[in-house]
Amino acid sequence: MTKNNFAVETRGLRKSFGSVEVLKGIDLQVERGTVYAILGPNGAGKTTLVNILSTLIRPDSGTAQVFGLDVVHDADKVRGMVGLTGQFAAVDEELSGRDNLVLFGRLTGYGRKAAYARADELLDAFDLTDAAYRHAGKYSGGMRRRLDIAAAMLVMPDLLFLDEPTTGLDPRSRNGVWDIVRTLVDRGTTVLLTTQYLEEADQLADRLAVIDGGTVIAEGTAAELKASVGSGTVHIRLTKPEQRALAEQVLQRELDAAAVRLHAEPASLSAQVSDPELAARLLTELSREGIETVQFSLGQPSLDEVFLALTGRPAEEEKEENVS
Amino acid sequence: MSTNQPKLLRVLTVSSHPNRPNALSAVLTFTWRSLKKTVSQLPYMAIDVLIFPVIFLLIFTFMFGGAISGSTGNYLQFLLPGMLVYTVTTMTVYIGISIKTDIDRGVFNRFRTLPFWQPAAIIGTMLVNLLSYAAALATTIAFGLLLGFRPEAGLTGALLALLLVIMYAFSVSWIFACIGVVAKKTESITSMTYIVLYPLMFTSNVFTDTSTMPDWLGPIIAYNPISLASTAARGLMHGTATAQDLITALAGMALFILVFAPLTFRLYRQKAKQ
Ligand SMILES: Nc1ncnc2c1ncn2[C@@H]1O[C@H](COP(=O)(O)OP(=O)(O)OP(=O)(O)O)[C@@H](O)[C@H]1O
Ligand SMILES: [Mg+2]
Repeated sequence: MTKNNFAVETRGLRKSFGSVEVLKGIDLQVERGTVYAILGPNGAGKTTLVNILSTLIRPDSGTAQVFGLDVVHDADKVRGMVGLTGQFAAVDEELSGRDNLVLFGRLTGYGRKAAYARADELLDAFDLTDAAYRHAGKYSGGMRRRLDIAAAMLVMPDLLFLDEPTTGLDPRSRNGVWDIVRTLVDRGTTVLLTTQYLEEADQLADRLAVIDGGTVIAEGTAAELKASVGSGTVHIRLTKPEQRALAEQVLQRELDAAAVRLHAEPASLSAQVSDPELAARLLTELSREGIETVQFSLGQPSLDEVFLALTGRPAEEEKEENVS
Repeated sequence: MSTNQPKLLRVLTVSSHPNRPNALSAVLTFTWRSLKKTVSQLPYMAIDVLIFPVIFLLIFTFMFGGAISGSTGNYLQFLLPGMLVYTVTTMTVYIGISIKTDIDRGVFNRFRTLPFWQPAAIIGTMLVNLLSYAAALATTIAFGLLLGFRPEAGLTGALLALLLVIMYAFSVSWIFACIGVVAKKTESITSMTYIVLYPLMFTSNVFTDTSTMPDWLGPIIAYNPISLASTAARGLMHGTATAQDLITALAGMALFILVFAPLTFRLYRQKAKQ
């Protein structure tokens, strides 16, 4: 067992189902104590990757280590350190929420009393006390997701896998899950999550990898990825709305006829810029023409734009793709 | 959701790492789980343990009684011990179905990542199924007594017969447990009932004395596990059991358990590890 700084390290990970090659050589390094997001459209292989890392399925070739332990050869030890909340809730629908936690608690090794105590405090912290005695099969999606995360928290894992933890949740529930992730990271757990929401990766992740078609097509911090795409948006609000036509001309001239967007609000306009230095020159040009601005800001591209630039497709459209 | 951050932090800061549970407590945990589920399914269970045994006992006693033994009273004396075997045999399929259902459900993925002795899931469920077998057997005997059945070896004989039939059911359960683990679809387990169990049941000596059947069927009937169990149960019930009857019946059960229990465990663990 080699000591290293990585919670997860994979090399050339491959996996096929029949003739379908799902992972075509994945190399990843996740540092301890960080949140790492795997981003990708439907069918990209996110769940397959998470299942390999959490020892549920075996890779065809390549290696994967969790805290320096091989997920195939040291599967039992790895299981002792990781928690998994899969894409589809792994709870017993015919038992109440409380009984679910007691069941899993007992199977984790808690004594009877300790299992009930742990179940009750988890129910309380995850806001499930009112539904404690209802069958988990009757829970709403958000409640089931919380129960599933709570089940992964019976003993604190050193590494937690969350496979699309907020898909199908309303914004409030999503925020709740984000709180949980942040709390976990504060106390030192490493979190590896998959998501289709770029905002989620942006909000939570220290680093992220975009996978598409079974390979990593981009890796880095959200800022790095955005910078690598190399374009941002400049937002301008004018003091005098009547100067907007003039401002538009200046923008078009300076930015080589890049698309300038006129907003519904009469004093606002925005445009894509490929180079931050251009934006600085723009500001000078505007004041030289006597155009006063209330607001002049340079925004980074959104991850949506990044995704589009990387895959040639917008992130949202992918959702319809996986019908076959 | 309005998660309570301080509460959350406290709950998530606990760093208790219990030792992995021993095999016995894992089995008991699954027994508890299975009991919880059984309680919520009591109405359906009632059909199996109360209504079916009564209906079949009535049907076979009054339909075949006159034709086979000349009188229903005589026939009941012959039929009832076999009916005990018949009743539990049809129930053993359930263990296969519940194992398969578990494997198909999301909860199996959670079980697989927990550090307990995996076969506990099967044994725990099976132990609770034994309770329902016992209930069905009790119904059959009670109703038989009502219809005029009298065990010639008295209470001891009846209890011994009951014990033997439960052991038989336990041994056959392993076959279905094994099928439950490997089956691709739940339906294929149910169809095994028709393909394997019913032919075996009707070529056994549960309903008729085998001496009236054609010679070529003889060996099939003689080594049919259902026949072996029926003969032994009948012998215990009426005090006519020979040592050989009992030994062959018990040997057959032991064989099933020795072959299918380890096989089931192996296949299940493979499935859990994949
Ligand atoms: N057990 C399996 N047998 C056959 N094919 C599979 C299996 N599991 C996954 N696949 C295939 O592998 C591909 C990747 O699946 P995976 O579930 O890893 O994608 P994903 O990125 O998690 O997608 P989603 O966003 O929809 O959850 C898909 O084409 C899927 O059909
Ligand atoms: Mg998935």
